[in-house]
Amino acid sequence: MDLAYTEEERAFRARLRDWLASVLPTLPARPDPRDWPARRAYDTAWQRMLYDAGYADVHWDAAPTIRLIFLEETERAGAPYVGANFVGLLHAGPTIAVEGTPAQRQRWLPPVLRGDEVWCQGFSEPDAGSDLASLRTRAVRDGDDYVVTGAKIWTSHAEVADWCELLVRTDPDAPRHRGLTWLALPMDAPGVTVRPLRTLAGTAEFAEVFLDEVRVPAGNRVGAENDGWRVTMVTLSFERGTAFVGEVVACRRVLGALARAARANGRWDDAVLRRRLGRLNADFAALWRLIQWNVSEAAAAAAGRGASTAPGGSGGVPGAGGSVFKLRYSHARQELYDAAAEVLGAGALDAGHEWVADRLSSLSYTIAAGTSQIQQNIVAERILGLPKGR
Amino acid sequence: MRFQLTEEQRALRDGTRKLLDGRFGRDRLRAAVDEPALDRALWRELGAAGFFALRLPEEAGGVGLGLPEAVLVFEEAGRALLPGPLVACELLAGVVDGVAAGERTAGLCEGSAEEVLWEHPADCDELILVEGGGRDARDAPGRAEGVYRSAPDRVAWTPFASVDPLTPLARVTDFPRGAPLGGPDPSRLRREAALLTAAQQVGSAVRTVEAAVGHARERTQFGVPIGSFQAVKHLCAQMLVRAEMARSAVYAAAVTEGALDVTGAKLLADEAAVRNARDCLQVHGGMGFTWEAEVHLHLKRAWLRAARWGVAAEAEEALAADLID
Ligand SMILES: Cc1cc2nc3c(=O)[nH]c(=O)nc-3n(C[C@H](O)[C@H](O)[C@H](O)COP(=O)(O)OP(=O)(O)OC[C@H]3O[C@@H](n4cnc5c(N)ncnc54)[C@H](O)[C@@H]3O)c2cc1C
Repeated sequence: MDLAYTEEERAFRARLRDWLASVLPTLPARPDPRDWPARRAYDTAWQRMLYDAGYADVHWDAAPTIRLIFLEETERAGAPYVGANFVGLLHAGPTIAVEGTPAQRQRWLPPVLRGDEVWCQGFSEPDAGSDLASLRTRAVRDGDDYVVTGAKIWTSHAEVADWCELLVRTDPDAPRHRGLTWLALPMDAPGVTVRPLRTLAGTAEFAEVFLDEVRVPAGNRVGAENDGWRVTMVTLSFERGTAFVGEVVACRRVLGALARAARANGRWDDAVLRRRLGRLNADFAALWRLIQWNVSEAAAAAAGRGASTAPGGSGGVPGAGGSVFKLRYSHARQELYDAAAEVLGAGALDAGHEWVADRLSSLSYTIAAGTSQIQQNIVAERILGLPKGR
Repeated sequence: MRFQLTEEQRALRDGTRKLLDGRFGRDRLRAAVDEPALDRALWRELGAAGFFALRLPEEAGGVGLGLPEAVLVFEEAGRALLPGPLVACELLAGVVDGVAAGERTAGLCEGSAEEVLWEHPADCDELILVEGGGRDARDAPGRAEGVYRSAPDRVAWTPFASVDPLTPLARVTDFPRGAPLGGPDPSRLRREAALLTAAQQVGSAVRTVEAAVGHARERTQFGVPIGSFQAVKHLCAQMLVRAEMARSAVYAAAVTEGALDVTGAKLLADEAAVRNARDCLQVHGGMGFTWEAEVHLHLKRAWLRAARWGVAAEAEEALAADLID
C-alpha cells in the first residue's frame, strides 16, 4: 500500500507542468457559457493542443495514475476542462475502445482525440429516465441500415455534436433488457432534429432530439445486435466511475478560494460556517483518496488481464465502486456550493457570479448519470447483495 | 502508486481476523460484557501473537512492520469490539517494560482534553500522560509539553459508569507527573493514537454494514425480506459509502502520516462508526434496541472513540484553518 509515484510518473508530471506553463498564457479568453458554438470551438481547440503535444489520449491510458496526475496538474494550472468533449473523451470513446471493432476504433477514436469530432449521449427518453431499459426509440433493420424513429431527451451538447451514442430498441418482443442495441448516430443525418431545452441555469445545456426514420448504417453498431444493454453498462460505468474524477480537484481549489473569500469579508468569524468548510475539506480529501484507491484497483485488475495501453485496448472498466464515489461526490459538490452561498451573502443572488452559476449547475449532479436513488439501489443490490424489489 | 493492500497486508488482515474470531468471538464478547475486567490471559496471548510488538524492530524482538499494518490490525480489533487499552499498549510497546509481550498493560491519558479520561483504570500497570502536541487552543503556551509517567496508585481518580460496558472509565483529578518518558514525542503519540482509534472506527463501521445487510436479507416482513424495501436498501447503501470514504482516508493517512490527513480521517471514521451503528440499530428494529444485539456495543464504543484523540469540532477547525494556511 503506497501513494508514491514512480520515476516515470514524476517525469510525466514535470513535463506536463512545463508544457502547461508555456501554453496556457496563449489561450484566448473563455467564451460566454450561453454561446454553444463558441464553447465547442474553444473546447475542441484545447483538445487539439493536447493532441499535438501528445497528451490527448491520457484519459484512455491504461496507466490510470498518469491520468490522475494529468487531472491534478491541469486543474492546478487552471487549464480548460473537457467541456463539449465530455461524452466523446470520457465515455463514448472509452466504450468504443473496449467494445468496438478495430475498424470502428480507427474511424471514431482519432477524431475524438484530435478534437475534430464531438459526441453526445442519447440514452434517456421522455418516458425512460431511471428506467432506461423501458426506452421505445425503435430501430428496424432495412438492408445495410437501421431505420430509427423515436425521441431522446436531456441530450447534453446535442446542438454541437457530430455523433451520438444512441441506445435503441431492435427487438420489441424480447424481454426489456435483451432487445436493445448501441449505435453511433451521425447527428447530421436526414431526419434528426435537435430542439434545445433551457436549463434552470438559463443556458441551453441539453436538448430534445427527434428521430424520424433516420438511416444509420449497420456498421455503426457497437457490440452485437440486442446486446446493447451490456454495452451501455460499460458506458455508464465509465460515466459514473471516472468521468467526474477531475472535478474533485477543482472542488478542492474552490474550497480554498471560499475560505480565503470568507476571511476577507469577515464571514470566517462564523464558527458554524468555518466548521462546515473544515468538514468539506475532509470530504474532498477522502474523495480523492477513494479515487486513488479505485484507480489502483482498476490498474491492478487491468494488469491482471494484461490489457494493452493503446486507446484501442481494453483499459480497465470501472466497477460498481463508481456508484459509491458518485453518491458521495454529487452531494459534496452541492454542499460546497451551498457553503459558497453563505460566504457570498447577498452576492449569492447574483446569477452572474461564477459560484452562483456553479451552484445552479451542481443541482444536476444528483440526477444526471443516474440519480442518487438509483445509485443507492445499485450499491445495495450489486455490492451489498440485497434482494431486488420495489 | 499502488494504493492497494499487498499480499502480505492481506494475509496479516485475514490472520488477525482469524485470531480474533478464535480468541474473542461472540461468546467471549458476551461474557466480557458481564465481566469487564481485562482478560489478562487473552492479553498475553495477543502479546505472544505479536499484536503489540507489531511496529517494534525485529532486533528488539518485534515484528518490524509499519503504521499501515498496525492500522489493518486495529481495524480488525474494532470489528471484533476487542476491549482494553489497545492503543496505549501498541504505542508504548518497547517504551514501557512488559507491554510488548502483553505481560503488563499501560494506559494513555490525553492531558489537554477538557476532562482527563482514563480507560480501564483498575487494570493498568502504568499510566502515561500526554501533554501538548496538538493544534488545539487549549494547549496553552507555558503548559508543560511532554509525555510523563505516573504510578497508577498515586493518581487521583473518580470512576463513573462508562457508557460502554466493555470500557471502564475514570476521570483523573490529579496526575502526579513522574519522570518524563523517553521515546515518542507528544505530537506523534497523539497523531498515532488518533489514527489507530480511527482504524478501529472503520472496522466497527464495516462490521455494522455487514450486520445490517445480513439481517436485511434474513428478516421478512410483508412476506418479503426487508432488504428488498428501498428505505432499508438506501440506509445500507449510505452505510457502505461512509465506511468506504473513511477507510480510504484512514489508509492514506497511515501511508502519509500527515497530521491533517489523520485529523480528516478520524473525523470521517468517527462519523462512519457512529452513524453506521445507528442505522444498523434501525435496520434491526426492536431487536436492535435490546441488550442482546451487539449493535449497542458498537454504538457505545464508537461514541467513546469519537470523544478521544480529537473530537469533531477540533478536527473541523483544524481542517478549516488548513484551507487558508
Ligand atoms: C444536466 C443533465 C444532463 C443530462 N445529460 C444527459 C445526456 O447527455 N444523455 C442522456 O441520455 N441523459 C442525460 N440526462 C438524463 C439523466 O440521465 C436522467 O435525468 C436521469 O437518469 C433521471 O431520469 P428522469 O429525468 O427521467 O427522472 P425519473 O426517472 O422520472 O426520476 C424522477 C425521480 O424518481 C426517482 N426514481 C425513479 N425511479 C426510481 C426507483 N426505481 N427507485 C427510487 N427512486 C426512483 C428518481 O430518483 C427521481 O428522484 C441528463 C440529465 C441532466 C439533469
